[in-house]
Amino acid sequence: MTTPSTASWEAAPEPRSAIAIEASGLVKAFGETTAVDRVDLAVAPGMIYGLLGPNGAGKTTIIRVLATLLRPDAGTVRVFGHDVVTEADAVRGRVALTGQYASVDEDLTGQENLVLLARLLGLPWRQARMRAGELLAAFGLAEAAGRLVNTYSGGMRRRLDIAASIVVTPHLMFLDEPTTGLDPRSRNQVWELIRTLAAGGTTVLLTTQYLEEADQLADRIAVIDHGHLIAEGTPGQLKASVGTGALQVRLRDPHLRVQAQRVLSQALEVAVQPASDPATLSARVSDPQQVALALTELSRAGVAVTTFALGQPSLDEVFLALTGRPADDHATSKENAA
Amino acid sequence: MTTTSTTPALDAPLGAALAARARPPRPSALAASLTFAWRALLKLKHVPEQLIDVIGLPIIFTLGFTYLFGGALAGSTRAYLQFLLPGSLAMTVVLVTTYSGVTLNSDLTKGVFDRFRSLPIWRPAPIVGALLGDVGRYLLAATIVIALGLVLGYRPDGGVVGVVAAVGLVLGFAFGLSWVWTTLGLVLRAPSAVNNLSLLVLFPLTLASNIFVDPQTMPGWLQAFIDVNPVSHLVTAARGLMAGTATTGQVGWVLAASAALTAIFAPLTTHLYRNR
Repeated sequence: MTTPSTASWEAAPEPRSAIAIEASGLVKAFGETTAVDRVDLAVAPGMIYGLLGPNGAGKTTIIRVLATLLRPDAGTVRVFGHDVVTEADAVRGRVALTGQYASVDEDLTGQENLVLLARLLGLPWRQARMRAGELLAAFGLAEAAGRLVNTYSGGMRRRLDIAASIVVTPHLMFLDEPTTGLDPRSRNQVWELIRTLAAGGTTVLLTTQYLEEADQLADRIAVIDHGHLIAEGTPGQLKASVGTGALQVRLRDPHLRVQAQRVLSQALEVAVQPASDPATLSARVSDPQQVALALTELSRAGVAVTTFALGQPSLDEVFLALTGRPADDHATSKENAA
Repeated sequence: MTTTSTTPALDAPLGAALAARARPPRPSALAASLTFAWRALLKLKHVPEQLIDVIGLPIIFTLGFTYLFGGALAGSTRAYLQFLLPGSLAMTVVLVTTYSGVTLNSDLTKGVFDRFRSLPIWRPAPIVGALLGDVGRYLLAATIVIALGLVLGYRPDGGVVGVVAAVGLVLGFAFGLSWVWTTLGLVLRAPSAVNNLSLLVLFPLTLASNIFVDPQTMPGWLQAFIDVNPVSHLVTAARGLMAGTATTGQVGWVLAASAALTAIFAPLTTHLYRNR
């Protein structure tokens, strides 16, 4: 990223605290339901932090507390050292929220949305219009600038939403399920945007239902289930706890399946199961290196393979490994065949 | 798995657009409110059908009541118009205030309000701004009533000053009254409920008033209600201003009522909004 030398540009100011988000014992209940139960979080500045969990796990509630939209019932929550309750305005001056359902005004045009935000952030009219134009062009929305947002596609809406969050560079950006409902191309664009933002120094807290997304983006992941934080660590640590994923091998000749099963289980040193498809075998593996060797062994033994896939564990498998039961919301498991 | 590293929409300009920049000083309460008023006007610009009540009501009321009742109540439509017009002005504007609560109620369910609430701006700005935008609607309704009245033969003895003062007074009262509906808009759970309840309150206030006839022929209990009905006081003061005969007491009563409505319901609205 290039940094223009114009006077109006400057690096993000040094935050007061060395920790971007600091939550301890965070509790939030709605009536009888405890949406968030004694959650502790520590997020270092500049990192992408993922909150991973199924629908209704409490991810959105955590974000709403952090963004000062909800008061916690118990615990302390600080954003760059500022308490979200007693210093809410200081927090608001440092964060930007991109909600689960696009946080843009459907009844205005894309251009009007960005000018509105720029004005509310304190830019004079002329600069507000310039900034809006610059963002629309950068986000590939220049042609749609004059159209009402309710005519935008899901991907365009998301991009506008993110553009609205960076009219003024936030220290911390919340993204609540940024890619839910997007097609793969739009999803990749949003991922790329998030990486670019983080590379520029903005701390990003995102929620997702997809392990793949957390793995792709996040430096650290917290797994949330029923309001509890059930695991925390780097994607590598998290995946190590469940194994790399599922290997699926499809043979050209189904008759060789028994032989192939023997070769694979020797090479992989794990149990290999026949799948319902008579030509397919599957196995849970922890080391992708071994997969390559095992496939070589197969071809050495004269067994031809038509396709093979090494899928990452799904959110369901993560939950199974962490809690001994699958995630409650089954809308969540997306298989990620490479 | 490899990630697509370049996509058409994300390239060089993006780096520049994402480059960190200084945060300008936060806007004043007034600047933030006016920005939200601009938002309200933009919505009217994009969907002008929303103005149908503001354009339709004043025409229907003024034409309808003048020609329906004029001959019977005052001997001629022209004479009745002279009596009715300030009341028609007040009634029209008071009835279109319900929209403010309905808009707020449906606005609050939208994701964009979460964004507004996470901005470091004066808290009530979204609501104050929306009401300022609504005052624009009220002004349009008032202008239509006055223009139509003048065409039909209404002649204000108070002159331009009297008419402008009367319109100002009606708008001020409508602004105060709007806070009642924004409070309802935050308490009730559906826009239609807000609309129904506010009309339920407004019909008796506008019908049981001195808008259409002099209350002297009415039963005592009704006269007692009309005497304390703020809409009656508004109509009396507007009539006085447009005829050039208003007293300080008449105008003062309405200003005090508007201030009282604002003083009670604006903080209540703000409190409810903060704690949502």
